[in-house]
Amino acid sequence: MTILNIDWFFALEKLILIAVVITGALVIAMYSTYAERKVAAFIQDRRGPNRAGPFGLFQPLADGLKLFFKEEIIPSHSNKVLFVLGPSLAMLTAMMTSAVIPWGSKVELFGRSIDLQIADINIGILFVFGVVSLGVYGILIGAWSSNNKFSLLGGLRGASQIISYELAMGISLIALLMVTGTLSLKEMVEQQRHGHWNIIHQPLGFLIFLICAFAECNRTPFDLPEAENELNCGYHSEYSSMKLGFYLFAEYINMFISGAVMACLYFGGYDIPFVDESALAVNTAAILGAVALLVKVGLFIFLFMWVRWTIPRFRYDQLMRLGWKNLIPLSLLNMFVTGAWILWKSKSH
Amino acid sequence: MGITQILFWFLTALVLGSALMVIFSKNPVHSVLWLIVTFFCISGHYILLNAQFLAIVNVIVYAGAIMVLFLFVVMLMNLNAETEPQKNKWLKFAGAIAGSCLLLVLVAALKDTDAMRQEVLMKTGDIGLIHNLGMVLFRDYLLPFEISSVLFLSAMVGTVVIGKKGD
Amino acid sequence: MIHYFILQAGPVSSVSDTNNSFNYFPIAIQLIFAIAFVAIMMGVTHWLGPKRATEEKLENFESGIEIRGNARQPMAVKYFLVAILFVLFDVEVIFFYPYAVNFRELGWEGFMAVLMFVGFFLAGFYYIFKKGALNWED
Repeated sequence: MTILNIDWFFALEKLILIAVVITGALVIAMYSTYAERKVAAFIQDRRGPNRAGPFGLFQPLADGLKLFFKEEIIPSHSNKVLFVLGPSLAMLTAMMTSAVIPWGSKVELFGRSIDLQIADINIGILFVFGVVSLGVYGILIGAWSSNNKFSLLGGLRGASQIISYELAMGISLIALLMVTGTLSLKEMVEQQRHGHWNIIHQPLGFLIFLICAFAECNRTPFDLPEAENELNCGYHSEYSSMKLGFYLFAEYINMFISGAVMACLYFGGYDIPFVDESALAVNTAAILGAVALLVKVGLFIFLFMWVRWTIPRFRYDQLMRLGWKNLIPLSLLNMFVTGAWILWKSKSH
Repeated sequence: MGITQILFWFLTALVLGSALMVIFSKNPVHSVLWLIVTFFCISGHYILLNAQFLAIVNVIVYAGAIMVLFLFVVMLMNLNAETEPQKNKWLKFAGAIAGSCLLLVLVAALKDTDAMRQEVLMKTGDIGLIHNLGMVLFRDYLLPFEISSVLFLSAMVGTVVIGKKGD
Repeated sequence: MIHYFILQAGPVSSVSDTNNSFNYFPIAIQLIFAIAFVAIMMGVTHWLGPKRATEEKLENFESGIEIRGNARQPMAVKYFLVAILFVLFDVEVIFFYPYAVNFRELGWEGFMAVLMFVGFFLAGFYYIFKKGALNWED
């Protein structure tokens, strides 16, 4: 069926994939809140949520429903339109990043070969970057529109932090691009499937990228925008009901997506270590690959939580010093060393 | 009408509409947000031209970086109602004349250019892809590229000089 | 005339080639999907929640301290400095992307060109440090 030059079955196929990916991301984000509380409990030798359902497994559902039934408060001095727009933008940007991540190779269903990636575009990783750079607006607009001094301070800090760490992140990524020579995430994963994982070529780059990912997600030790001892709750002080929920969910979705991006960039994406996928049937290989990717992402999410409950928060001047004075020069150095090394090696061949 | 033409006109309407909203919004923060929408639609146009790298650069640099700066500036201005500057009638008049002069110049300059008659972009449509763009930039336009770094240097120095004037 | 300028995307098929702008079509679908999701959720929470607004409740919360003035006030210039420097550095980083993709073909010549570019930049960076523009504490 083709109308207006579009294959509508293709559109339907993509729509289903999008629905699956976004629902999956939301469910994982929901259960990350549960996991976070369980991990915190484990680290602090407590039990964590254990009342709602077996092992407290229904706790996230209860929390989500509670947010829906809470009173929606829009402060009388706030800018009403922007107040609603802030969390909407935060959620929107969090939901858009999943578009270019390859969740697996291909599955064959009803005689069609379906890519497990929503959009395989030639500038894949830059798309993620572009959307992440828009994440600032959710925080900044929400903070400003509340007309609350604490919120404003939190929002400003958050915005400055995110833009500062974006730079080091971009430069560390460039060193990786020199190794791969492509910006398409799918191609990067395919290269790693047939060769080594990029972590072997870029250990320092990965470390910088990881630190920046923590800062971009506003996770401890970089959770300055919501430093509760100084700023109440920072940029979302005035928020209630699902608008607050959107900010919190967006953080967990971002954590999930950044885990997925790091897995694709440095840890082979849907590549299963020590297994030759070509020996398996197409569908089995795709499903096992997706599971492998999710396991890697799960490990990253655990790392995010582990760090949160282990390392205390930075001071703001320390944060800025680390971002500008340490990470940027270090990532530039990494870039040039990588470049020189590759050029020298290709010449000696 | 094909899908591409429909998209083209849709995006064009959106660009013009949001650009007008930039001007007509009373609240400067709303203006900045409409400007971001405008940049997005322009990125859409770039994608229609298959200039994928430019599209994403437009999002990252204009929508993601420069607009953050604008938003910072607007948000941290004193926006309390009583400090709003009174608009001079003559200033508006002069602005309208200057704006229409610019429009006239742009129309006159673009009316007879070759670009209107060429189908250059139609033939391959690959010039805006990152690979080709990089080759052109680092082979043919290497000197302007280096000179731009001097521009950046002067911008940095200027920023610091103005920003640190107080202390 | 307009035909010349629009779209090189040919007839669309499910066979994808990463260089085609049709690959962005699913992203448009996802954008519409995400906007719809956010709008519906906002509507649902608005509809479900109780509404018992009182004047005191809608006041801003500033740690129980009585509110003085509002938050529409000028701020420290450091944030602007960071934002301006960010814009400059971001443009610099953007220049590296087309280089990184092509750098094997460009060889040492391109490497030296970028090294010089970054050299100028580092001079500016050094100046920023010396002037203490990024020192958060005076």
